[in-house]
Amino acid sequence: MTLGTWLALALAVVLAAECVRALRQRGLRQERWRRFFRHRTTSWGLGILVFLALVAVAAPLIAPFDPNRQLDIVYLKNHPPSWTFLLGTDVLSRDVWSRAVYGARVSLGIGALGALMAVSLGTLVGAIAGYYQRWVDAVLMRGVDVGLALPRIFILLMAVALWDGLPFAALVIAIGLTSWFGTSRLVRAEVMSLREQDFVVAARALGAQTGRIIFRHVLPNAAAPIIVSAALGVGNVLLLEASLSFLGIGIKPPDPTWGNMIADNAPSIYTAPWSTVVPGLAISLVVMSLNAVADGVQDALDPREREPA
Amino acid sequence: MTVATWLLRRLVASVAIIVAVITFVFILVHLAPGKPCLGQDEIVDPAVCARVSTQLGLDRPIAEQYRRYLVALAHGDFGYSYSLRRPVRDALIETIPFTLQLAGAALLLDFLLGLSLGIYQARRANRLPDIILGNLTLFVYSLPTFWLALLLLLLFGEKLAWFPVGGPSDPIFCPVVDSFYCIADRLWHLSLPATTLGLVGAAGTARFQRAAMLAVASQDYIRTARAKGVPERRVVLRHQLRNALLSSITRFGLALPFLLTGAVLIETIFAWPGMGRLAFEAILTRDYLLVTATALIASTLVVTGSLVADLLVGVADPRLRVRAAREPDIVTA
Repeated sequence: MTLGTWLALALAVVLAAECVRALRQRGLRQERWRRFFRHRTTSWGLGILVFLALVAVAAPLIAPFDPNRQLDIVYLKNHPPSWTFLLGTDVLSRDVWSRAVYGARVSLGIGALGALMAVSLGTLVGAIAGYYQRWVDAVLMRGVDVGLALPRIFILLMAVALWDGLPFAALVIAIGLTSWFGTSRLVRAEVMSLREQDFVVAARALGAQTGRIIFRHVLPNAAAPIIVSAALGVGNVLLLEASLSFLGIGIKPPDPTWGNMIADNAPSIYTAPWSTVVPGLAISLVVMSLNAVADGVQDALDPREREPA
Repeated sequence: MTVATWLLRRLVASVAIIVAVITFVFILVHLAPGKPCLGQDEIVDPAVCARVSTQLGLDRPIAEQYRRYLVALAHGDFGYSYSLRRPVRDALIETIPFTLQLAGAALLLDFLLGLSLGIYQARRANRLPDIILGNLTLFVYSLPTFWLALLLLLLFGEKLAWFPVGGPSDPIFCPVVDSFYCIADRLWHLSLPATTLGLVGAAGTARFQRAAMLAVASQDYIRTARAKGVPERRVVLRHQLRNALLSSITRFGLALPFLLTGAVLIETIFAWPGMGRLAFEAILTRDYLLVTATALIASTLVVTGSLVADLLVGVADPRLRVRAAREPDIVTA
């Protein structure tokens, strides 16, 4: 670790903490933001996510080594954590800290993009089914029934087997296409109850177009379940990508993702546990933070389900 | 519309879903690039290719191929696995029991531990034990299953050597399970993989059950029960738990996809000879008949699971029976 990387790292921590503090400060005036920050875990979760996003963006500044460079395969293989190698080196003598930092880019990227795609698709299908009802609803929801019956990992395994390895974009699309079914059910239920509300009837009576009613009047009121399922979705996609990479069918090596870091170093877990433990902890930290933030959003946007304090 | 018709409709719907899944898989296989007799035209004589295609029925129209595929599946014929050099069906029959043992044990742990934790936490909501357990379940729930498996393997398999590191049974004394000792041996081998899979599920169940218990706690009938002097224990067990359990039964049906996904990873790590590992090995050898078959079986298991969950909810919740009679299209999940 050089002085520059330490500085960059410290800066990321300070920025993340400052970001959360500023949000809290501003939020204290508004009831819904107060509810969002009511649990301390939510603030921590948000801070950790902001920090990791900063790390992913500023990876070249924070990583002291090239993540794919094998420093010295003879003498620096499975080197324990030290001041030079903050988190040690892996079985191919690559710096674990640098790989974890660059892995954040791929892992968080796939998580965010895959979940974005899944949630957009799920929201769209759910809104259409819930708003139009009748045969549109019947057709779409039977499709969703089929989708829910397909265990995702088997379908993805099949896709990988048939297409002989998938590039990054295809992997994101495949994950996005197989992850929206749950969201669409949630959104559909929400839209079905909202469309009967007076304000929607009023909008229709005023002659608003269907698209406008759905996007301006109905969906904003269904924001809570959509945001929550997006937050949980990022975590799920992250875990799925890690599982696929672990099975050796995700992102192609040597590019690091947290999943394939675990896979690469699992054989030497007994002699050099750090190179397996670090990416695993990173994954669970992100998923945990996302869960905590999702809880906070639920509290903030949906006061109906507030639990008795 | 009676309850019986409702159940019948659910059954028909389940069969329809499975047929749709089969169709989807069929289309996916046909969309994939490459041909059974592919690429290396310089090496393979076109005449041989044509003969193989005729032999496999690949020169027929696609509708005819689809019909033949359905008929074959209906006869339990999943095709021939070229990587294992045996019918796919035999491989499935051999591996499915192992997956069911693993998933069953994990499911048992998931719900026994998860429900008890959830109920305990709800009883002490927002007090210290609840907060500690809440953070703990959040942590476990966020762990990647395969990573937890590696850590447990390292700790209990290698360092402490309390449990075997892999395999379904002792290969010397218990190649087949035929005695009491061998049943114990199987359970001993099962404990580590099932615990890994069950723990992560249990954390989710606990969080879910806690929320369900608290949602019920503010209902009027709970207050009524307390007001008329029902003992606290009875209020919790008879009034609160019974109603909170309903949503957990629905979750029971949804647990299967999670368990099957986990099984692919866990079975691979613990050398457990189940369907998940079969699917994974089939990927490595690009044996797509085998992959397709495992995907179909997994889907069928999921559909069956949610059907069973629906039946259980129907049995447990009289309100649903009344509603089902009125609104035939009701879905519980």
